[in-house]
Amino acid sequence: MRVEGKGRIDRGAPLRFTFDGHTHTGFEGDTLASALMADGVRLMGRSFKYHRPRGVTTAGSEEPNALVTIGSGARQDPNIRATTQELYDGLEARSQNRWPSLGFDVMGINDLAAPFLGAGFYYKTFMWPKAFWEKLYEPVIRRAAGIGALSGEAPGDKHEKAFAFCDVLVIGGGAAGLMAALAAARSGAQVILCEEDRACGGRLLAEVEEVDGQPGADWAAALEQQLRDMENVRVMTRCSVTGAYDQGTYGALERVAHHVGDPKGAPVECFWRIHAKRAVLCAGALERPIAFRDNDRPGVMMAGAMRAYLNRWGVVPGKALAVFGNNDNAHRTARDLQEAGVHVAALIDSRADAPNLAGDVPYYAGAQVSRAFGRQGLEAIQIRLPNGKVERLQVQGLGVSGGWNPSVHLSCHMNTRPVWDDGIAAFVPGKDAVPGMSVAGAARGRFSTAACLQDGAEAGQVAASALGFVAEVPQVPEAEDAPYRLRRLWTVPGKGRAWLDFQNDVTVKDVTQAAQENFRSVEHMKRYTTQGMAPDQGKNSNIGALAVLADATGRDIPETGTTTYRPPFVPVSIAAIGAGAEGKGYAPERFTTSHDASVSAKAPMIEAGLWYRPSYVPRDGEKTWRQSCDREVAMVREHVGICDVSTLGKIELQGPDVGQFLDFIYVNGFSSLKPGKVRYGLMLREDGTVMDDGTCARLDDNTWLMTTTTAAAGQVMTHLDWAQQAFCNKLQMRFVSATEQWAQFAVAGPKSRDLLNALLDAPIDDASLPYMGCVSVTVGGIAARLFRISFSGEHAYEIAVPARYGASLFDHLVALAEERGGGAYGMEALNVLRIEKGFVTHAEINGTATAFDLGYGRMISPKKDCIGKVMAARPGLVGEGRQQLVGLRPVSAIKEMPAGAHLFDDGAEPVRENDQGYVTSTCFSPTLGEVRALALVRNGRARHGEVLRLVDHLRGVDMRCEVTDPVAFDPEGGRLRG
Amino acid sequence: MRLTCPNCGERDIREFTYQGAASMLDRPDPEAGPEAWHAYLHLRDNPAGVTRDLWHHGCGCGAWLVVTRDTVTHAVHAVELVEARDAG
Ligand SMILES: [Zn+2]
Repeated sequence: MRVEGKGRIDRGAPLRFTFDGHTHTGFEGDTLASALMADGVRLMGRSFKYHRPRGVTTAGSEEPNALVTIGSGARQDPNIRATTQELYDGLEARSQNRWPSLGFDVMGINDLAAPFLGAGFYYKTFMWPKAFWEKLYEPVIRRAAGIGALSGEAPGDKHEKAFAFCDVLVIGGGAAGLMAALAAARSGAQVILCEEDRACGGRLLAEVEEVDGQPGADWAAALEQQLRDMENVRVMTRCSVTGAYDQGTYGALERVAHHVGDPKGAPVECFWRIHAKRAVLCAGALERPIAFRDNDRPGVMMAGAMRAYLNRWGVVPGKALAVFGNNDNAHRTARDLQEAGVHVAALIDSRADAPNLAGDVPYYAGAQVSRAFGRQGLEAIQIRLPNGKVERLQVQGLGVSGGWNPSVHLSCHMNTRPVWDDGIAAFVPGKDAVPGMSVAGAARGRFSTAACLQDGAEAGQVAASALGFVAEVPQVPEAEDAPYRLRRLWTVPGKGRAWLDFQNDVTVKDVTQAAQENFRSVEHMKRYTTQGMAPDQGKNSNIGALAVLADATGRDIPETGTTTYRPPFVPVSIAAIGAGAEGKGYAPERFTTSHDASVSAKAPMIEAGLWYRPSYVPRDGEKTWRQSCDREVAMVREHVGICDVSTLGKIELQGPDVGQFLDFIYVNGFSSLKPGKVRYGLMLREDGTVMDDGTCARLDDNTWLMTTTTAAAGQVMTHLDWAQQAFCNKLQMRFVSATEQWAQFAVAGPKSRDLLNALLDAPIDDASLPYMGCVSVTVGGIAARLFRISFSGEHAYEIAVPARYGASLFDHLVALAEERGGGAYGMEALNVLRIEKGFVTHAEINGTATAFDLGYGRMISPKKDCIGKVMAARPGLVGEGRQQLVGLRPVSAIKEMPAGAHLFDDGAEPVRENDQGYVTSTCFSPTLGEVRALALVRNGRARHGEVLRLVDHLRGVDMRCEVTDPVAFDPEGGRLRG
Repeated sequence: MRLTCPNCGERDIREFTYQGAASMLDRPDPEAGPEAWHAYLHLRDNPAGVTRDLWHHGCGCGAWLVVTRDTVTHAVHAVELVEARDAG
């Protein structure tokens, strides 16, 4: 219900929203949680395991209970904390983990089965029989125990990622953070201030107190504005810093448009990677509960949260309220409620000697709340008096304070453990926990407003000064400076279940039971009970559970230790982390200059790495890809074909020592290559296996052009960088990738020279350009490079022009080819042509094949060293035991020889032990009129003529084939030179 | 994580690729024998503390770098150009 005259909400701006289909009204400035509380809604969710009714517990991102689903379909967002979801007009929220409704939940039966679902139940109850786990227990548990669900549709919201840089990053915009940012900003340093809330102020937004003679929230708003007006300051609100990483890198999640109904094209979230030379952690502190019987009833919440709801949003969870605590801070809640005219039925302080600081309220010193009543919402509490008697009191809301835990999380992300501070009975950040990061304010246990302001101001000054800025500690305004007095109380003894971890349904008894079963290490206890493993990561329960474990094992808390704090501080959606990397962002497209022409010709485009290449180029009347492919192969063998080969890697090398360098890269010699000549080369990895192959041309004395396969272009470039920088840095040479600078086309077939002579400004002949030669030519006045090389076995050329002429040249070449009975051909035909000739690709260069295996062993020059040479000769990489490249032709009625099929001795059983090798490439050869394949076969070169059994268990093929030479067509190579 | 490339300045980790131990720079003589080559190619230290490894600035200048860093503290002590070594 609303409290008149309270709250920083705009009562003139009502907002309509729905919760589980019911329409409610809140105001601008509300969160979903405050607006529901205003309408008397206390029950907001069901717990994870026992499906117990739960209500809002906190007023921040640490909320364990009030998790809801916002929106539906493609824009459905599960597990949104109602406490941080800002209200907007038209917001649709639904409760989670309940069926059929929030009020009546069938799975609530789990609560009655609790004796069987205690600590370690996953490990005990469902261990036998084993098969039941996968098929029965796990699916049932998963359905019953869960929180929000995704819609299953592709996300309809946009996400973004961004990078930012600053001198000083201030994490948290409360009293300490604002002063730290001010101190650093005034020195001229570039400052980023990240605040999780919609506005800066931190606890000042939730308290009745003055700073510098004005309401704390107003003071904070004015200072936030002052910072925003400074050019060197960037204030990022709705932005949670989620992690601290190496070398001053911080992750942050900005909620850009979760607070509006229509993002209008804006991303809903942006994941930031902020690099900061210095950081000041001003993350504040989180209040911790005290465990007592049924302390999870809706209406039981943190005392500080109850005060925040009253002061910031003008709402309370009921007409009669009580406050229970072990420290002075609890008294402030009772005081503020009482002063706002709300009925405070009791202030209960476990300390017998604590004076009442709350004014005119019923005060129970030395008493404890021992039980809560009311299943779907708090109805009453039971107070145990100092004399042992109990008293029952009707209340609808109870604020609980077990003290405050500094938010040390980010200080622990680099593996430094926090340090126990006995004075405040809490952990504080370890010294120099994150390089370059200091901690100020409540995050290191300085709890009063005055202390936070002073601490922040000093930390900001120190951070800026450390970077060489002339920084001063700003004048610190006057503010509240009450001492923080507390006597530790973690649990109230008694029967029944007292809850520690609301989100994962872990009780005091679960933790003591874990200790009894010898899970005494805090890390073991955590995993056995699942305490701290829910989305809130134990923010509300870790210290309480630790205290219970310490007690149960007879140790103190520092001796018991803490679990590891890991990023992210708040849940981050995968969509935000991976923003930009989905769809085409994951695999960008590279297009050749002939791409549009191929698409216009209706060629199906296939991926080759990031490139797209035509599979085949269909003609009228062709119904299958095979018809097109067979025609294209025949075209090249009989007339002339055009194929875009620009995707092959091109590396241009210059300098007098290039030849010497290539001798070290390739197995064969290159320094002897004459200008105007091209040579085929093979390069190895240092471990002796083949890395890549291709041609390398010497364009003139000092200029060379290396060609790599499409697949290995990047790898070869990196490899050349390595070889040159590590071992050849005295050589006079440089190289650069020129793949995208040149468009290159194969012109292949008996009519290729005739075609070129119709194109070139000056004709060529066998003398001016013999096989494996290269020359500079001009095409319509454009300087071009012409290579006489062949990947088809035909008389063929590759012509290269600067990429900007590529599209035009391709069209021209295809037109000239079509005049000669030819045309464009695609990847399928290219593959058939090279299989017929026994040329290898990365199907054969498979990462384990050696030069010996591929039949290129003799290429390794004995006269020089090269990368991989020593290891290529080692035992095991040469010899009869190796699988060697062969050809295959069918000799049985079944003709099919699928790639991937395995080979066995004729008559041998087709099992792994008998394996002789496998098919690497296969095709129907229209030239030879039958299926042909390449294979790697054990000792294959000595087995030409032998018949093998070919079995493909996957495709159900079992046939016989003959081992042949890899070169099936024109083994003498006469056509190349013709 | 960030590395300061001697050519390009301080850059985000995404621009670099880890390429293994810096001992790959100590390529044995071709005649050094199988044990030396085996050690060079396959045997690696796994120190808790200072380590030297190779990174390639593939999304930057293309330089191969020797990075001296601490596997325990994650501190980066030095980044040097492989090419600046007195070799080859
Ligand atoms: Zn660089």
